[in-house]
This record gives sequence, C-alpha cells and structure tokens, in this order.
Amino acid sequence: MPEITLRQAIHDAIIEEMRRDSTVFIMGEDIGAYGGAFGVTAGILEEFGTERVWETPISEETIVDSAVGAAMVGMRPVAELMFMDFMGVAMDPLINQAAKARYMFGGKATIPMVLRMPNGSGTGAAAQHSQSLETILMHIPGLKVVAPSTPYDAKGLLLSAIRDPNPVCFLEHKLLYKSKGEVPDGEYTIPLGVADVKREGTDLTIVTSEIMVHKSLSAAEEVIKEGISVEIIDPRTLQPLDVDTITQSVMKTGRLLVVHEAVKTAGWAGEIMASVSESPAWDYLDAPMRRLAGLDVPIPYNRLLERASVPQEEDIIREIRAIVNNQY
Amino acid sequence: MGTKKIRAEYDNEETTDVFQKAEALGLSKPDLVWMYEVMVETRHFEEMATTLYGLGKVHGTMHLSIGQEAVAAGTGLARKASDYLLNHHRGHGHFIASGADVNKMMAEFLGKDTGFCRGRGGSMHIADVSANILGAQGIVGAQMGIAPGVGMAIKMKKTDQIALVIFGDGAANRGVFQESLNMSSIWDLPVVYLCENNHYGMSAEVERVSGKVPFRDRAEALGVPGYFIDGNDVLAVYEFMKNAFDHARSGAGPVFVETETYRILGHSKSDRNLYRSKEEINNWKEKDPIQRFKKLLLEGDVITEDQIEDIEKKMTKVIDDAVTFAENSPEPNIEDVTEYVYA
Ligand SMILES: Cc1ncc(C[n+]2csc(CCOP(=O)(O)OP(=O)(O)O)c2C)c(N)n1
Repeated sequence: MPEITLRQAIHDAIIEEMRRDSTVFIMGEDIGAYGGAFGVTAGILEEFGTERVWETPISEETIVDSAVGAAMVGMRPVAELMFMDFMGVAMDPLINQAAKARYMFGGKATIPMVLRMPNGSGTGAAAQHSQSLETILMHIPGLKVVAPSTPYDAKGLLLSAIRDPNPVCFLEHKLLYKSKGEVPDGEYTIPLGVADVKREGTDLTIVTSEIMVHKSLSAAEEVIKEGISVEIIDPRTLQPLDVDTITQSVMKTGRLLVVHEAVKTAGWAGEIMASVSESPAWDYLDAPMRRLAGLDVPIPYNRLLERASVPQEEDIIREIRAIVNNQY
Repeated sequence: MGTKKIRAEYDNEETTDVFQKAEALGLSKPDLVWMYEVMVETRHFEEMATTLYGLGKVHGTMHLSIGQEAVAAGTGLARKASDYLLNHHRGHGHFIASGADVNKMMAEFLGKDTGFCRGRGGSMHIADVSANILGAQGIVGAQMGIAPGVGMAIKMKKTDQIALVIFGDGAANRGVFQESLNMSSIWDLPVVYLCENNHYGMSAEVERVSGKVPFRDRAEALGVPGYFIDGNDVLAVYEFMKNAFDHARSGAGPVFVETETYRILGHSKSDRNLYRSKEEINNWKEKDPIQRFKKLLLEGDVITEDQIEDIEKKMTKVIDDAVTFAENSPEPNIEDVTEYVYA
C-alpha cells in the first residue's frame, strides 16, 4: 500500500468525493491559490474552478451559517475554518443552527455538512491558534465530532462524514499533517462511531485520540520493556462515541487511562470515565481510572511552557507505571 | 468572478514639499526626524526578527509590516500616550511608534520572561496594558468589537482619551465591523478606526473579496466620517490621523481612516506568494515609504546624507542591543505555567 501524509489523505478524500458527487463543494478562507493555510486544498481550485471552490472573505460566522443554508437545500458543503479556535466566531451557526435544524423542524430538514478545523498546539502560535475545543462540540446534541489519528482513518472517516446526512465537525491535528501512513488506492469508508484498537495489550487500556495516539504508542513501546502491556483504543469519532469497544477493553485489562490534549476540566476524559463507571466494566477495574490531559491554561507561546502545557510521552509513561504499580 | 476596483481618489493631497506641509501641520524638524527614525527602527526590527526566525530562535510565525511603516509612524505621532491602542497581528510598527521598548518586544519574540507578555504571547499578542496598549489580536477583527467598550468607558469616566483601533482590509469584511462602527456611531464614542488596507488578507485580494471598496464608504454609510488616503505618505497619515483624534476628542464621535498601502512580504512565514505577481510586488517596492520620505527630507534640506547614515547606525545598534537583551534574558520558569490562571 502506498504511504501518504495525513494532509494528502484529507485532500484526496475531498477531491475524490467532489469528482463522485457534484453536490459536494468546498468553502473557506485562502483555500484556492494559497491551498489553505495548511496546504490541504492545494490544486482543488485548478480542477473544479470557482463554481465549487468558494473562497470566502474573513467571515467565519457566515461561512458556517451559509454551509448550513446550502446543506439545507441539498448541497454537501465541506467548509474549512483555518484554525479550530475561530469556531469562537461561529458559535451561533454551530450550536443554534447546524445542530438544531433537523430536530427543531421535526425531522424535516437535514444538514449534510462537514466543518474541517485544524486543532492543537506545538506550533508556537499561542493562545488563540492552538486550542483543542472538541469537548465544547461534543456537548451540543446535533453535532458529530470526528478526530482521526492516521492518514488511513482520516480518509475513510472524511468520506463517511461528507456522506453523512448530519453536521460533522472534523478535527485535524496540525502536527499530524506531515505524518505518514498506508492508505489503499481507491475508495473505502470508515463508519462514524466505531473505535479502533491501535495496539493490543493486557495490563492497561489507554483511550486517546489524534496526536496523543502516537505519543501513547511510543510510551507503550517503552513500558513493554518492563513487561507492561498496554492496549490503545482510538475512538476516532468522539460523538457518537463507541463506548462498547472501550468497556470491552477495560474488562480485559482492568485499568483505564484517558489521554487528551484538550484541557482537563470538563474534558472528554471525564465522559469516558463516567461511561465506564456506568458500564459492566466497573466491576472489572483493578485500579482507579485516571486521566492525563492538557493543563487548564491558555496555550503559552514560549516553547518550554507550550510543551509543559500538554501531555508528553514521558508523562504518559509515568502515568502507566503509576497505575500498573498500584500507586493510586 | 466580478472584481470591484478601488476607484476612489485619495482624500489627501500628495506631500511634495515637506517643509511647507510640516509648517501647515505645525510639525517641527524633530517631529519629522522622529517619524523617519520610527520607520527605520521598525524596518530594522522586523528584518532582525526574520533573521532570528531563520536561525530558529523565534518560534511560531509572525506577520511583518515591511512596506507599511508610514502608517504606523504618522499615527504614532498623532496619538497621545494616554490614548488606548487596540492593535492587530501586523502591528509591530504601531507598537514601536507608540514608544514601546524594543528590548521587551524582542524578548517577547524570543519567548523570554522579560518580554512584554513574559513569553506567553509572542509576536502576535504584544501588549503593554500599563502604557494603554491593550494588545494585539490573533482573532482577526476582534479588536473592532472591543473598541466601543473602551470608548464607552472613556465616556463614562469623562477622560480626554481616545480608543484607537487598528485592523486590515481583511478584517473589515467581518460582521463585527458593522456592529462596532454602528455602536460607536449611535453613541458618538471616542473611537478612531484605522483600516490599514494593504491589498491582501492572506491570499485574498481586497477587490476579490469585498463587495464595495474603499471601506471608507461603508463607514460613511453607518454615519461615521470616513477618509481614504495614501498610507505610504507619512505626512498625509499624520494629518488625517491628527484630525481624526481631534474630532473624536472633541466629543463629535468616531472617525474612520483607511490608509492604502502594500504588504511587501508574504502574509506570514509560510506564505509562498502564489497569488500575486512579482511585478506587482516590485511596483510597490518602488513606492517604499521609507525611501519616499527620505527623498522628501533630503530635498527639503530637513536632513543630510550624513544624518541619514547616523540614523541607520543608531537603529542598527538599538536593534542589536535589543537582541543582546533578549538573548541574555531568562526563559520563564516551567513551574509558572499556570500562573495567572484563576479558573
Ligand atoms: C477570525 C480569524 N479568521 C482568520 C484568521 C487567519 N488570518 C490571520 S491574518 C489573516 C488575514 C488578515 O487580513 P487583514 O485584516 O487584511 O490584515 P493583514 O494580514 O493584511 O495585515 C487571516 C485570514 C484569523 N487569525 N482570525
């Protein structure tokens, strides 16, 4: 199988879907000649022209609202917010329009739209360009939230997201754009709401997503040298969440650690832990469930502080050891 | 796709005789030299920042204002230190022209504890609240929403201040533009809007993404007096900004000044300039505001070639010293990462 970057995988999903379905179009800032702030949409304008590539002014509120409008009357917009942080400007369209229309109109409207949003820290872009705000979206009934960690997942999930009849927020971690992985030629989809076991293990389950999957995989490689076997579950879709796969894993390992870059307070780790405690897996726990998350801080500019504000591989290793060695 | 060309004539008259114009504006020779120095200092600062970025010492990205220095210098001279400044991401020149300490600016670029934001903000968020510099925005246009509140506070406190809010042509297409100007208009708030039209918002050419330009006309439509001027003519910028401050200070309400200029370099460090031609960039390089002002100063005998040389040397040293200060400054303590977090 050919290896491609996550950026390329997302690009390919969009362009292949635009070729297949003439109702699919893209909109956003600088998505044409510039290719998008992270280069994802490079070349799409050349193939489809301005009829299907709508380069907008800096107008996030109306980008998302107009995606809702186009979706409501039969198109399939794939809109881009240049940074996830800018969803702050587009909260009404997200929480009161996209999320509400189908239910509020008695099931008569569908909003088949995708909103792509690069998230995450590590680029030195500071407080307003580095956040991971997915929990806010998960909290709104009516929004689906997808957060891939590999090129393979990104492509298959994005195809499903575009074909989904409902609004899907699609996260792309900036530090993963250049990461490579195998992606088969041709079409395949990954259903929304199905987790993936990224690594099998017996002593501890880590539930994690996006870049933290990779940090957790490295940590697992390290602790296996001490005989600690870690299982890693990537939900891939945070809303709807595949609780079953998680509880099955916890029933096997008896221990749970949730790792995310988003800040800890009211972060989705709490949701996962609550779901496990409400499930049959509760009785199988051999240790307290733990979470490792971003500090409750705006992301700082200084690189040492920036690094200190989100979980790193060494933090994950420390947590794994502490849990497995019954230090909690 | 239809593009609407900026067809407007400038509201200013071109400065041809610096001496005459300065006299009419009540400017002294030191004032003129000050503006020139600020422009040179800004240019040197940003060139040094690029060098440091190339060396991997500046993290993240930054937005340079090379080619736009006249807007900052003319505005800086017109603004009183007591006036509030709400800046945007491309605002290094405005900070320098507001008297900001370049040592602390450079330290912020290097993420040091001695920087204006103690290394937490970086190039895009420099602020000096105690000096009425309310910070630079990374959320394009958000400062327009904040400005009326500052104007309201000034009115309630009955002080003699102004809220100066700076943003680009790209920001002017945000919805908050309308809300902000309208509120300032209905309440006669002491807000001066400075729209730095440098022809692009990233790759978006202003004429392609704007239903009507210049933006001055939109301000007028909201009842705010608007002007469209040559932003590379530093004396014209001073003249219109001074009048704008005077008008707003008199209690007559907001003013909108749009300065036409050009962003010579890419939008940020990742820009490959795929959306515009070399000729276009070169044409604007010919209109370099520093060279233009230098020529006027020399022609008007305000300054000699030797003095120009001395200013170059002085500013090279000022910036070199800033780098030394920044490099010798400590990093923030990692344990302090949660300092200032209250909730
Ligand atoms: C709300 C928001 N949308 C988009 C961006 C990304 N972005 C940063 S600067 C910029 C262009 C701004 O153009 P303009 O206001 O003309 O200022 P200039 O950069 O030309 O000085 C864009 C799109 C942002 N930072 N904030």
